[in-house]
Amino acid sequence: MTHEIRETAPPNEPENNWRQYFKFNTDHKAIAVQYMVTAFIFFLVGGLLAMLIRAELITPALNVVDRPLYNGLFTLHGTIMIFLWIIPFNAGISNYLVPLMIGAQDMAFPLLNAISFWMIPPGGILLISSFLLPNGTAQSGWWSYPPISLQIPPGQPINGECLWIISLVIIGISSIMGAVNFVTTIFWMRAPGMSFFRMPVFVWSALSAQLLQLINLPALTGALILLLLDLNFGTQFFKPLENGDPIIYQHLFWFYSHPAVYIMALPAFGIFAEVLPAFSRNPLFGYRSLAVASLGIALVSIFVWVHHMFTSATPSWMRILFMFTSMLVAVPTGVKAFGWTATIWKSKLHLETPMLFAMGGAAMFLLGGVTGVMLAAVPFDIHVHNTYFVVGHFHYIVFNTITMAIFAAIYFWFPKITGRMYAEGWGKLHFWLTFIGANLTFFPMLPLGLQGMVRRISSYDPQYQDGNVISSLGAFLLGVSTLPFIANMVGSWLYGQRAVNNPWHATGLEWTTTSPPPRNNFAEIPVVKRPPYDYGNPKYSVIEPTESDEQRRREIWER
Amino acid sequence: MPKFLEYLLIAVVIAILLALSRWIGQQAYTWMPIQATAEAQKVDDLFSFLVSIGAFIIFVLLGMMVFSIIFFRAPTNDYSEGHPSRGDIRLEILWTATPTVLVLWLAFQGVNIYQQLHILGLQQIVQLPTPLESAAAYAITTGEKPKPAAETIEVFVKQWDWSFRYPNNVISQELHLPVNLRTRLNMHAKDVLHSFYVPDFRLQQYIVPGRNIDLVVTPIRPGKYKLKDALFSGTYFSLMDADVLVESPEQYNQWLTQAQQELATNQNQAVAEYTQPPTTMLKSGWYTVAPSQEGIAQENYVKNDT
Repeated sequence: MTHEIRETAPPNEPENNWRQYFKFNTDHKAIAVQYMVTAFIFFLVGGLLAMLIRAELITPALNVVDRPLYNGLFTLHGTIMIFLWIIPFNAGISNYLVPLMIGAQDMAFPLLNAISFWMIPPGGILLISSFLLPNGTAQSGWWSYPPISLQIPPGQPINGECLWIISLVIIGISSIMGAVNFVTTIFWMRAPGMSFFRMPVFVWSALSAQLLQLINLPALTGALILLLLDLNFGTQFFKPLENGDPIIYQHLFWFYSHPAVYIMALPAFGIFAEVLPAFSRNPLFGYRSLAVASLGIALVSIFVWVHHMFTSATPSWMRILFMFTSMLVAVPTGVKAFGWTATIWKSKLHLETPMLFAMGGAAMFLLGGVTGVMLAAVPFDIHVHNTYFVVGHFHYIVFNTITMAIFAAIYFWFPKITGRMYAEGWGKLHFWLTFIGANLTFFPMLPLGLQGMVRRISSYDPQYQDGNVISSLGAFLLGVSTLPFIANMVGSWLYGQRAVNNPWHATGLEWTTTSPPPRNNFAEIPVVKRPPYDYGNPKYSVIEPTESDEQRRREIWER
Repeated sequence: MPKFLEYLLIAVVIAILLALSRWIGQQAYTWMPIQATAEAQKVDDLFSFLVSIGAFIIFVLLGMMVFSIIFFRAPTNDYSEGHPSRGDIRLEILWTATPTVLVLWLAFQGVNIYQQLHILGLQQIVQLPTPLESAAAYAITTGEKPKPAAETIEVFVKQWDWSFRYPNNVISQELHLPVNLRTRLNMHAKDVLHSFYVPDFRLQQYIVPGRNIDLVVTPIRPGKYKLKDALFSGTYFSLMDADVLVESPEQYNQWLTQAQQELATNQNQAVAEYTQPPTTMLKSGWYTVAPSQEGIAQENYVKNDT
């Protein structure tokens, strides 16, 4: 495969040019950092909202925020964490890794890539600015089900709901453009010899996730535009008392928003598949089946959305059909979990911070996955639907699995991205605070939900207080846990020890180039002659400081 | 260690984990609220079964991870290979086939229990405005017909309260149900979507404005329970609780006649809160739909139902 050089920038720009991150830049690595840092700022905002929610729920009575504000808090918490934290972060880490992992010099469409990123900050700021409106933010939950989402202050066309819809459409268009870019890059920009079955599982996961964005996201964008028409222009698509159908909105919404869970989770699974082999010194067990399982998850997940609507006046045949499809997701997901465990089994474990986060995330994913299969069972779902059992389940996925994977990725590739090492002790402290905080926060939600505590309530029966107190304390611990992380990242980026090209002795093309990589990623486009995860190869275990990086790369990739 | 001893050890560990998972599955009954309907028993059986299987999977995989952390640690700076195996096709087929069989089994259990609930009452959930012929055809194809309900109670829900109209036109804010009798709840929503949810009944159903939605319940245990709105319905959503009283048929009839003589008094928590200034630390003062004092059963607005 030939490879065009799209940028004529010098191969090695000055390394500490921090200004490049604040301007319009077409280098996929700079865009990736822009995405990741922006997303992390939104994570902090979403986390603050979560702590306010948990502060309210520490007592049964309403005493911290009034009810409209509470409703705005959980609406924006969910929206920010999904659309401004996990999805853009995944776009960022995929942006960084995909071209490096497949041996490309940049993404297929660098300009489109930059435009996709630059739509995120205005979208996010617009959303958060709705706190400043006289009647505040959207207050109908991140689902924004009509007709509740259409109940707006009379005579105020610019209201929180309106801004919510507009910012989500902007972010959605950004994601669609990003998806076009990722899919094209993975199909057409692979280095010579990089066949599909030599691609790391992370690339497979990113490909599967981005295909889902292409197929499913337009449904949400369309539904949101119809909702905006209903809201501000007097149409009646979703108004039940004017011959509209609110249930159709639910179908369109979940047609995207269930696959969205896999759009968020697949890159996390990809991160596990990179980190676990590197720190267990084993080849990834069952590479091919794990790679194909990514596509399998994507395919099945297109046909499961109705399981969010088992109680929405859904006919029986539909309930039963979607119970089967939803449970089938457990098969490719199970293949992944078994593959990770088999990779760790009989290994030589190194428990550095990235590995702690990856193993912690994979372990907590087991509970998230098992509760997910339970929820697919219609009779049980009818009981716990809209309760804290569901809230606990999906936070085990979105926080305890995906956010843990994101932290694993940050620590794992930090030396590559910044050219410096992070502080290991601070990393471990961050891990333990996060791991304990996450379980304290989200585990009590499961029994609370079984007992019938309904989600989104701002005051509750005193019988539920014990679990809520534990959960709130856990949430404050999670808030504290970000402090050592921020200190570590900022301090290490500025003053950390210089990183070598491959500090983890890992396989993968990204480790053969310098840390950080030059503008065009590789001095020469590598020719790939080996399978991924080649941890049995002694070249990855021997450290020979006398050997130059250039020599080693040539040996490994046999240009 | 001889091969057979290794297999024996694995078999013993699996047996212990199976027993432990079974025990946890039994415990699962105690995590649930009181079983106040026949449906509740079925749902709890299914939950216990799901917990047993889930616990076993978690124990095996988590056990392998913890075992690895304890016994497979590498000395510092030893980056040599751990175990060169890249895969084992038999193992991979096994762990693809096992979950497939397992989830199919779970799904069939789910269908099985769902069918039983269906006969108990879930069947009549939605009456879409379909032509008579197709409605009749549907009834034939769905097989076993549920017994007719002994009593029909109309449920009205709005932002933010519930009210109930009984066959003798008594209107109340409490839901009274006769024990061991099938009662049809004919549900109407005025403004937005709501969800009828009594945790002790293990039943939940969305109520869509403009649609005529039925739910049949057969409570089997006298007592006082709580009805909740499970689907977010706006500002005073948290206040949407109503009492559910399951009584013997005699007590139920006695209450009906007694209530007929009393004048219905409306107590609406949302109205009470709306008219008071908020006492919270942070006050946003954002717009909210004003709750109306009027009980909606009296308003008799539900004209577009089929």
